Amino acid sequence: MASTDTSHPDYFHKVVDCQWACPAHTDVPEYIRLIAQGRFTDAYMVNRRSNVFPGILGRVCDRPCEPACRRGRVEEKPVAICRLKRVAADHKDEFRDRLPVVPEKKNGKRIACIGAGCSSLTVANDLMPLGYEVTIFEQFATAGGLMRTNIPSFRLPGSVIDEEISAIVDMGVDLRLGHRIDSMKTLLDEGFDAIFVGSGAPKGKELTLPGRQEGAANIHIGISWLESIAFGHVTSVGRNVLIIGVGNTAMDCCRSSLRLGATSVKVMARKPRQFFKASEWELEDAEAESVEIVINRSPKSFVVEGGRLKGMMFDVMEYGVDARGRITDERVTGEEFYPADDVILAIGQENAFPWIERDIGIEFDKWDVPKVDAATFESTRPGVFFGGDAAFGPKNIIWSVEHGHQAAISIHQHCQGKPVADRMPPGVNLQSRKMGMHEWSYSNDYSAVERRLVPHVSLKERFKKIDIEVELGFTAEQAAQEVQRCLNCDVQTIFDAKLCIECDACIDICPVDCLTMTPDGEEAELRTRLKAPALNVTQALYVSSPLMFTGRVMVKDEDVCVHCGLCAERCPTAAWDMQKSWVKWPHAVDQAT
Amino acid sequence: MTFIPKPKIAHPSLPKNDLGLTRRDYEGSLSTLCAGCGHDSITAAIIEACWGISMLPENLVKLSGIGCSSKTTAYFVSGGHGFNSVHGRMPSIAMGANAANRGLYYIGISGDGDSLSIGLGQFCHAIRRNVNMLYIIENNGVYGLTKGQFSASADIGTKAKKGEVNQQPPIDPVLLAMNLGAGFVARSFSGDKAQLVPLIQAGLKYPGFALIDVLSPCVTFNDHEGSTKSYAYTREHYEPVVEADFVPFKKEISTEYAPGEALPVMLHDGSRVVLRKLDDDYDPSDELAAHEYVQQHIARGEYLTGLLHCRPTQDSEFHALNRTPETPLNQVPFERLNPGAKQLGKLLARYR
Repeated sequence: MASTDTSHPDYFHKVVDCQWACPAHTDVPEYIRLIAQGRFTDAYMVNRRSNVFPGILGRVCDRPCEPACRRGRVEEKPVAICRLKRVAADHKDEFRDRLPVVPEKKNGKRIACIGAGCSSLTVANDLMPLGYEVTIFEQFATAGGLMRTNIPSFRLPGSVIDEEISAIVDMGVDLRLGHRIDSMKTLLDEGFDAIFVGSGAPKGKELTLPGRQEGAANIHIGISWLESIAFGHVTSVGRNVLIIGVGNTAMDCCRSSLRLGATSVKVMARKPRQFFKASEWELEDAEAESVEIVINRSPKSFVVEGGRLKGMMFDVMEYGVDARGRITDERVTGEEFYPADDVILAIGQENAFPWIERDIGIEFDKWDVPKVDAATFESTRPGVFFGGDAAFGPKNIIWSVEHGHQAAISIHQHCQGKPVADRMPPGVNLQSRKMGMHEWSYSNDYSAVERRLVPHVSLKERFKKIDIEVELGFTAEQAAQEVQRCLNCDVQTIFDAKLCIECDACIDICPVDCLTMTPDGEEAELRTRLKAPALNVTQALYVSSPLMFTGRVMVKDEDVCVHCGLCAERCPTAAWDMQKSWVKWPHAVDQAT
Repeated sequence: MTFIPKPKIAHPSLPKNDLGLTRRDYEGSLSTLCAGCGHDSITAAIIEACWGISMLPENLVKLSGIGCSSKTTAYFVSGGHGFNSVHGRMPSIAMGANAANRGLYYIGISGDGDSLSIGLGQFCHAIRRNVNMLYIIENNGVYGLTKGQFSASADIGTKAKKGEVNQQPPIDPVLLAMNLGAGFVARSFSGDKAQLVPLIQAGLKYPGFALIDVLSPCVTFNDHEGSTKSYAYTREHYEPVVEADFVPFKKEISTEYAPGEALPVMLHDGSRVVLRKLDDDYDPSDELAAHEYVQQHIARGEYLTGLLHCRPTQDSEFHALNRTPETPLNQVPFERLNPGAKQLGKLLARYR
């Protein structure tokens, strides 16, 4: 096969599985190393550059990085990346003096952002230092969007949100709280140079079944109900509560119910557990609080007697599942009644734009959502951009942040009269970590320690108030152990075929047998005759150019390399080197300079 | 040499042998030799070979003398038995151990210094007595442990690291072993595991003295331009003539061999070594012809490699000649091993 083109910036980026999986491409191994050195503020700033809200995300991120983590393929569990992010945020010192300086003299361009959620705030964070004047319109009296209204305070304390938002607002953002935008047309008339719509996906899905109207007083839409709790409008709930749906919102609803006085909470799922949308750790946390998750129950009707909700009737379901785990058929085998004082619907949410007029050049598609470019986030009307859940429907905070970064680049281009599609490409820099014969400027030794568990407030204490944060964060000892589990995947193994004398030293020492010197071949066939067959085809083979003496090639299976550097230590000619990769993922500031 | 221990983790698709063991289970402690040392590759080849023939680790005896090579017995099969003897005296220990327990596999690791200088006499007599062992010489042409003086295997004209030219003729262990009547004589290269691993497997199974002279470049003192035992020189001047495949008992000899190419040599347990000729002119079963052929190539500065000479030697094998007991001495009852003071008195009386 062709020798690997490592000059393509994606190659080494992909080796850092966590960074590649992170929508905002956070340099995870770098900040974990900084935590290991006790440099918490530095670790926080590495995070902040990419994901803007490390304190928030360190608690509630959807963590696409963790399933991707190489450690999860070497042993059972990935590195607790998300919880380490919180360590950096909890232990940092003052960081505001490290934020980019916002120029006194503005560049004369005015930007409007609708909704003070994570995507709008990211746009402001990226554009304020470039001299833009950013105005954020927020319908509620507090900023934060769904982070504030939908995530219960026992998971994400308000003080954490306040700190990270104020760091952005204090750059001089014109934040108009309690200012709801009811007409796009009117806003357009105000003469902003660009408008960013970051209004989220605020509409919870309805479940239209018999009895819905009659029982309305005790049937609640999940995200609206969570919002009412966040603002103190709802302070109690019945003793028996049913949650319909089994996504992350459902998990927040059931745990909130327990804190508002419910004694029996059941989460009703239509399908078996492998089809649940909720993250595994959120399910675990709910179950730890004695929430019962009932599977294979499809809602049939609300049972209302004497004008009062008594419970719900469900169809009992049975599914046929094929070898690939997909549902092939479903059957109703009976029905079952579950009593309930309150029912909370958490079956999804949508974005809704009743306030955008349809005759102003912003086109909507057949599902009545605006047409948005996936790379530039521009709508069909130049100068109007969408991001976060408002762009492509509900995702999560970290995706919204990345949307904000990308939209900020587009807004900058637009305001400078340049094509929005004209964007700086990503890049990678490499820098050797060699310090001496056996010395590397990273901790290359493999630590066999297992994943640490974050301590929680005891079950007895945590229900006393709704805003007692359940997770306590890692102790100093736990953090010190957990950081050592990181495999430093960003310290890349770099091979120079011209220097290799084919002595086999690297191949013999590699603990995970990921190196082979062999005659070249087609990739599929080559994978089978490596020292350990490379069966994980999602992971690349790093193939060298032909070697000097025998014309064989050096093949590295990236899959389970633990980046211990032993190949480079054993190499007598430094044909292998360990080099830190710095992925340059451009933001508006890079585009501007 | 490396400072951190090799992590105790493995690739999930690492193959297992008949005993359910992976190559990692045949490793020893971490090498303290120089990075890139040929000896480490030979160690890896031994690990691969033992794993490949599903050797029970406790059935292997590792013996060595003194030198860089002799350190390496610590670096493979930590579950085996080991004896690190006096300089050049490994063959004596091997012979004694062999006499006491013929049920084990014996592998002696030596170097060009240990075998061709201080231990030359021992080496010759081990061949002469046809001790049932695999004798590996890790041959780099220099005394690495004492900073790179020429050894007895240094070729005429080869240059030391500081430019000194060797003028004394080398002792070639392959020619010497053929002269002394060894039944299994091979030469290989640390950088060619495809050739070396089957040779080691065949040598371990061979009933009698098996010698593999492995060119093993000294990356610190003998890997420069002008050296005839550097990686570069060896790669350019080595010529495989007879490959050996080890075919375990039960397994059919595959029909992939070209006619006249495959020469099976039967081993005592029913397994076979199949010699695969790469050069039509060469006859590895003819000792005299082989000797001459090897010598001609040496004169041309070429390293002929492969199983250069192989013939069955059951009759002259050490155990047959010396009528050693089938039962290992550690399993013979104490009363039989020690006939008692009365019997000893009778025995001594015969010499009075």
